[in-house]
Amino acid sequence: MSTQSKGMSWVGRSIRRLEDPALVTGRGYFTGDLAAAHWVRFVRSPVAAGRIVKIGAPESAMVITAANLASVKPIAPLLHKFNYKPVAQPILADGVVRFVGEPVAAVVAASEQEAEDIADAVVLTIDETAAIVDGRAALAADAPQVHATVPGNVIVEGAHKTDGFDAAWARAHRIVTVEARSHRQNATPMEPRGGHAAYDAASGRITLTCATQMPHLMRTAIADLIGMAESDLRVIAPDVGGGFGQKMSLAAEYVLLVWLARQYKSSFAWREDRRENLIAGFHARDQYLTLAGAFDADAKLIALKADIIANVGAYSCFPTTAGIEPLMAMAELPGPYDFRHYECRARGVVTNTCTIAPYRGVSRPVNAFGLERLMDKAAAAFGLDVVEIRRRNLVDRFPYTTAYGLELDEASYRQTLDVVAKAIDLPAFRARQSEARAQGRHLGIGFATFCERTGYGTATFVERGMAITPGWETVVVSVDQSGLVEARIGASPHGQGLRTTLAQIVADELGISPDMIKVVHGDTDRAPYGWGTFASRSLVISGGATLIAARKVRTKLLKLASHILEAAPHDIVLEDGTAKVIGTDRSVPIATLAHEAHTQSHLYDGIEPGLTDEGFYDPPGTFSNACHVAIVEVDIETGQVKIEKFLVAEDAGRIINPMIADGQVHGGVAQGIGNALLEEIIYDDTGTILTASLADYLPPTARDVPEIDMHHLTTPSPNSVTEAKGLGEGGTIGAPAAVINAINDALVAFGVTIDEIPATPQRIRAALRNLSSPSPLWGAEKGGV
Amino acid sequence: MSEKTAITLHINGRDYAIAVEPRRTLADAIREDCGQTGTHLGCEHGACGACTVLVDGEPVRACLMFAVQADGKSIRTVEGLADGDTLHPLQQAFMEHHGLQCGFCTPGFLMLAVGVLEREPDISDDDLLDVLSSNLCRCTGYQNIVKAVRAAAQQMRGNRPAR
Ligand code: FES
Ligand code: FES
Repeated sequence: MSTQSKGMSWVGRSIRRLEDPALVTGRGYFTGDLAAAHWVRFVRSPVAAGRIVKIGAPESAMVITAANLASVKPIAPLLHKFNYKPVAQPILADGVVRFVGEPVAAVVAASEQEAEDIADAVVLTIDETAAIVDGRAALAADAPQVHATVPGNVIVEGAHKTDGFDAAWARAHRIVTVEARSHRQNATPMEPRGGHAAYDAASGRITLTCATQMPHLMRTAIADLIGMAESDLRVIAPDVGGGFGQKMSLAAEYVLLVWLARQYKSSFAWREDRRENLIAGFHARDQYLTLAGAFDADAKLIALKADIIANVGAYSCFPTTAGIEPLMAMAELPGPYDFRHYECRARGVVTNTCTIAPYRGVSRPVNAFGLERLMDKAAAAFGLDVVEIRRRNLVDRFPYTTAYGLELDEASYRQTLDVVAKAIDLPAFRARQSEARAQGRHLGIGFATFCERTGYGTATFVERGMAITPGWETVVVSVDQSGLVEARIGASPHGQGLRTTLAQIVADELGISPDMIKVVHGDTDRAPYGWGTFASRSLVISGGATLIAARKVRTKLLKLASHILEAAPHDIVLEDGTAKVIGTDRSVPIATLAHEAHTQSHLYDGIEPGLTDEGFYDPPGTFSNACHVAIVEVDIETGQVKIEKFLVAEDAGRIINPMIADGQVHGGVAQGIGNALLEEIIYDDTGTILTASLADYLPPTARDVPEIDMHHLTTPSPNSVTEAKGLGEGGTIGAPAAVINAINDALVAFGVTIDEIPATPQRIRAALRNLSSPSPLWGAEKGGV
Repeated sequence: MSEKTAITLHINGRDYAIAVEPRRTLADAIREDCGQTGTHLGCEHGACGACTVLVDGEPVRACLMFAVQADGKSIRTVEGLADGDTLHPLQQAFMEHHGLQCGFCTPGFLMLAVGVLEREPDISDDDLLDVLSSNLCRCTGYQNIVKAVRAAAQQMRGNRPAR
């Protein structure tokens, strides 16, 4: 790392990540790297619904079942609003199974292989009952009931209707509708889940090392379910190989590991394999979104009607509950658009499928997909171009209260649209498109404008009615007597580069270089209580708390320096690891100040000993925004879609490290492209899962993701002390909408509409095949499709 | 369960005399029996490439090879890539171009790229993209991985003794 030149700020620079040296040399430390005395293999239900008759285990094998866990409470998160019906998920299935992959028994053996062999020999006798797989079908009066406590399978229901909605609707010049369907996906972190629980004989404590995004909440929840003192449990999130939301929810498997370690006073480990992850490691996105937009004669949206059906799977994920998808969809559907009237019904529906949990973007990829399709359809109906329809409808005055009641802070919705529209040169593309069409090649362009709610604190979770209201963060910054700084944070990064970006923030405040700053996270014994890393929150909230703590430490350093240097604090600057009196050669190293603060405190009247301070931050939340554009080519013979170009104009406020910010967008867009074109968890009608390997469930490869042309805007937020807005999820939110709009644009001549993601070759071919007669605009193509 | 077979794996220039069941994969042997946990497992189906190591110079998915098949062969893993404190140009390039986020896929990508660039230093950008699309990364969106490997390729070509 280069040394800091005077007066230059670390924030805003693409410095290399402090995380990387260990990870590129194979010295990273992941949960699965730990050895254990005992290994656990779960026996999982092969059927989607049924009553357990018998669990036949080989003689002398150690097999844990629900019968052993009478003292352990089930996972049963609560929501105090929206007609939520609590459901309980036992740690191991208790009499009934509700999805393929549900853990029924746990085999314990001395090695992983032995545990697998024994698990293969466990015979489950299950009386199969009727299963319901599809979210819409689960609403039918005669549909099988997944839980006795959830009549009609509706576990949560939200509704919203603005005053005067009906009158506004009646004024419509034109109604435009969209039936959007997002199939089911899996976040697919490259490291599957896994845990390792070890008993310490000296202290009687248990240490659970696991691939989690939320170590403190895991500690709280598991201690509560098992009935042990929370302080007897230490949770460590070591290097975690991606999470994307999947690793924030409590895994029943972790509860069992802690229970075993406590019961048998030893160490027990479980490494999820890819099949388990794909069938039982939480799913996402499965939604039907029906939209109707009332537009006035100027193509201005005046009212929006929405019906949201979210298939939430068999149980309610902890801590966000089954309400997370449908309710967030309802609240955030209006997005960046200016309209006053909104009617929405949002239902979460239980089915005999794997439980749905948050996944990067949570509901908003589907929201944006639906709403951006609506805009493109409206553009066609009004004979406008796709940029103009958005320009007419985007919010351009701030703060702005949406038709649901969310307050949008200063953003650049129109500007990001203008930036990409200019970069892409729409008229030139249209010319190229018709030339290509004449040669039988089908190009299309798709836009997606959206906002991403980020960095929201406690109030938002209270508003959602969650029994657990995460939100705030605490950071403790301390300077030791060698002048090294430690920032202990409650966030729990796992690839986001927070050790680097937070160090950049501290470096500027304390006038030292980032490599002198160690960000400590992922260990409940070392880090202050916090809520982990999810919801594009860490840089805003933990970064804000870091800045606040660092400023307190800075103030103290200046006071100490003022004593020693005999100058007023405002005449002193902190730079290059020293406190200097401006315009003189008088200075004192920060290490000396730290030493004085600890060992000579009697000399400094009125200054508390030590050099540690705490920052606390609980912001109201902000919105970053972006506009994505995709240019695709659809091969009508094969249904294959190739993304030729992808542009992003992103506004996430102040950027702390541009290299890291771009990386977040790249990764998000890649996942969005996967969601749009490739990735689908498929169940058959009986609830058997057909996509249980990475040969069937297809995350994009380097061939599927184009180079992304990035443009940056920076509208700082008043709701963030660092002026940074989060951006972890935006890439995933916008990309599916842009890609699907582009596919529809490419196929416009055929009169087909694809409103389903992923738009697989099969779906595109089916749509083309169903055409009654070939379009006159067929181009050079001959013959039937 | 069956009998164990005595084999020797030469990993990064060191011999590991171990006894394994015939069914033990090379990946498990490297990680569990030889303690080299830098090689990761993302699928154990041969689909993700996280477990890629070099066996006699060729990139191999260590989850698809049995340890007994690698008896006596020379194996290179991510732990052997740096020369003491001097990082390999690929390691350096991954850091410079932000070719990693969580780092779980990184050892596999590094070994895949090393194997290919050593065999085919003048590989075209397009062929390189084909090779890199054999491994999965969920974090980076690949753009920076591709950039890093191209940069390292250039540097490795520059370091090559003139012929
Ligand atoms: S673990 Fe070997 S290819 Fe995935
Ligand atoms: S960096 Fe996380 S999977 Fe590649």
